[in-house]
Amino acid sequence: MLKYLARRLLFMILTVWIITVIAFVVIQIPPGDYVTNMVSEMMSQGSDRIDPAVTEQLRDQYGLNDPVYVQYYKWMKNIVTEGNFGYSLTFRRDARVLILERLPMTFLLTSSSVLFVWFVSLPIGVFSAVKQYSIWDYIATFIGFIGVATPNFLFALILMYLSYRYGGRALIGLFSAEYVNASWSWARVADLLKHMIIPVIIIGTSYTAGLIRTMRANLLDELKRPYVDAARAKGLPERRLIWKYPVRYALNPFVSTIGWALPGLVAGEVIVSIVLNLPTSGPVLFEALKEQDMYVAAGFILVLSTLTVIGTFISDVLLVILDPRIRLE
Amino acid sequence: MDTTLEQHEAVTPAAKNTAHTDTEVAVEFASQWRLMWWKFRKHRLAVVGLIVVVTYYVVALFANFFAPQATKTYIAEYVYSPPQQLHFFQDGRFSPYVHPYTYERDPLSYKKIYKVDTETIIPVGLFVHGDSYEVFGLFETDLHLFGPKEHGQPFYLLGGDAIGRDLLSRTIFSARISLVVAWVGVSISMTIGIILGGISGLLGGMVDNIIQRLIEITMSIPTLPIIIAIAALVPIDWSTLRVYTIIVLLLAITGWTGLARVVRSKFLVLREEDFVLAARLDGARSRRLIFKHMLPSFYSHIIASVTLALPGMILAETALSYLGFGLRPPAVSWGVQLQQAQQINVISNYPWMLAPAIAVIIIVLAFNFLGDGLRDAADPY
Repeated sequence: MLKYLARRLLFMILTVWIITVIAFVVIQIPPGDYVTNMVSEMMSQGSDRIDPAVTEQLRDQYGLNDPVYVQYYKWMKNIVTEGNFGYSLTFRRDARVLILERLPMTFLLTSSSVLFVWFVSLPIGVFSAVKQYSIWDYIATFIGFIGVATPNFLFALILMYLSYRYGGRALIGLFSAEYVNASWSWARVADLLKHMIIPVIIIGTSYTAGLIRTMRANLLDELKRPYVDAARAKGLPERRLIWKYPVRYALNPFVSTIGWALPGLVAGEVIVSIVLNLPTSGPVLFEALKEQDMYVAAGFILVLSTLTVIGTFISDVLLVILDPRIRLE
Repeated sequence: MDTTLEQHEAVTPAAKNTAHTDTEVAVEFASQWRLMWWKFRKHRLAVVGLIVVVTYYVVALFANFFAPQATKTYIAEYVYSPPQQLHFFQDGRFSPYVHPYTYERDPLSYKKIYKVDTETIIPVGLFVHGDSYEVFGLFETDLHLFGPKEHGQPFYLLGGDAIGRDLLSRTIFSARISLVVAWVGVSISMTIGIILGGISGLLGGMVDNIIQRLIEITMSIPTLPIIIAIAALVPIDWSTLRVYTIIVLLLAITGWTGLARVVRSKFLVLREEDFVLAARLDGARSRRLIFKHMLPSFYSHIIASVTLALPGMILAETALSYLGFGLRPPAVSWGVQLQQAQQINVISNYPWMLAPAIAVIIIVLAFNFLGDGLRDAADPY
């Protein structure tokens, strides 16, 4: 077990490292950098031509003239040794502060979505399998597929419109106006939970159908096995029989699925947050990418992918605990 | 040598002769594809999906004919005009028509308020002459399936967009780009997936290990930010075609992992089969082994996987274009159209701007049902 964990850990670090290299290089590729953006913005606001010497000096100052690998090395070194993610030129703040400020909400939203996906698709999946080809099976399947077929951003737009039309105001953001800057209290938590319902449903629905289908297919396979007949013949109550044995077997892929669904859930969170203007990492990351603010963008990508990789790891470990038959080789 | 193919060819003629005489015999002699079709037919939703998908492709292929207007035709008076109601009967006689709109400005908000002009009648018909277009660059025609009988009269069944263009026509034209993007993207990722998955499953060992890690890394990369970052570097002055190619490539590069996994697991099983061993002993090289012997034995699974991958591509293109990082306005795609529906006041005032979204939802649903049915039918035994 320990050996397995150590190897997985090593591989996780490798994965995250490769992702940061890709992210950093990709953000660097575009011609121009933050200084070019700044200059063109100042020009568009009517300032005079800016002396090339000044922009060069700015570049030197921010280390933008170094080759990419030097910049990458410096960036990585600062993160690893000091936890310093660099300075955001767009937001005029430390990237770390920005990330720490936005990350908890992203984490909360994504993990709530995972729980939502699980809690919704487990009972529906079991139900669909047990009552295969019944009208309820078809209805569940159909609703699930509509969740898949509706793009996240669109779902967000429609719900936003409906909440505006029938609820009086658009459910934008994660807090009502009176709670945005308030300190934590039960009322604020309640307000947050109320605002989270819509985003969580939107992010979650795109994955529930897949999981319902997986659960249904696995359970159908299990239900055909002789041990189910044997248990039934012995007179075990149907409800107990299904939940105790076949469902437990069918749960395996259910746990591992969350591993591959995580990156998608995070991406969904980004899009939904942009549309609904939630105070999570989505809008900031989006803004940073547009402005070529590489420290913020790469920092967010680093942290988000680390979390994703850890999430996948946890789901793998859970799988091993849940099913001792899985060999750790 | 290739047992599945030979059986397949030998059996088909027999199946044709006996299919109608005796069902039992028919099942025994039916070819694999015929068995699959029989199984597929049982999945009602999948059949509906197939019909919808085929309809979409036909409409997209002849978009010029099916759309009442060209993509650029506009009437300035019909900016954000609501959908016109189609009346079928005039004086108890079948003669479809629509009413045009007149508008006045709201004195306070200066917003246009449209009024149906019930006095005027615009006759509508089938096979009418409208905007002219070229058919596959061969000849020019102005024939449209339906539209106003007199060319140039307002005909807005789904309402008008921000510039007064017909939403219905543009939604029809969008199908072209959106569906083609999906196909090209899936073809590329399918090729990568089959090659890498095939090599991985066939060779095993170290190579397999490396490819497996590559797949895992690709899967955990947060694709959306990377795609946005790359899309942001596409220069504004690039032609639509080039932007389009980049988007498709990006979608393909990140989308191949699922298929590679399917192919690999299939290859791992097939590797042990006798017919593969026989081919190998006959001296078939790896490439021939993959494409001639192993792949044909699970084409059906690949088709199912591809069908399930297509909607993802369509959704990705739509989302990217919507965010402004995909295709740009001269191009007509569902995502580009939905860019106009970004603000909540647009949606609340002109809800018909969401029409392209319904087109997206329907086709994605259809692809999912079709793929679901194909997956069930892929293994008919």
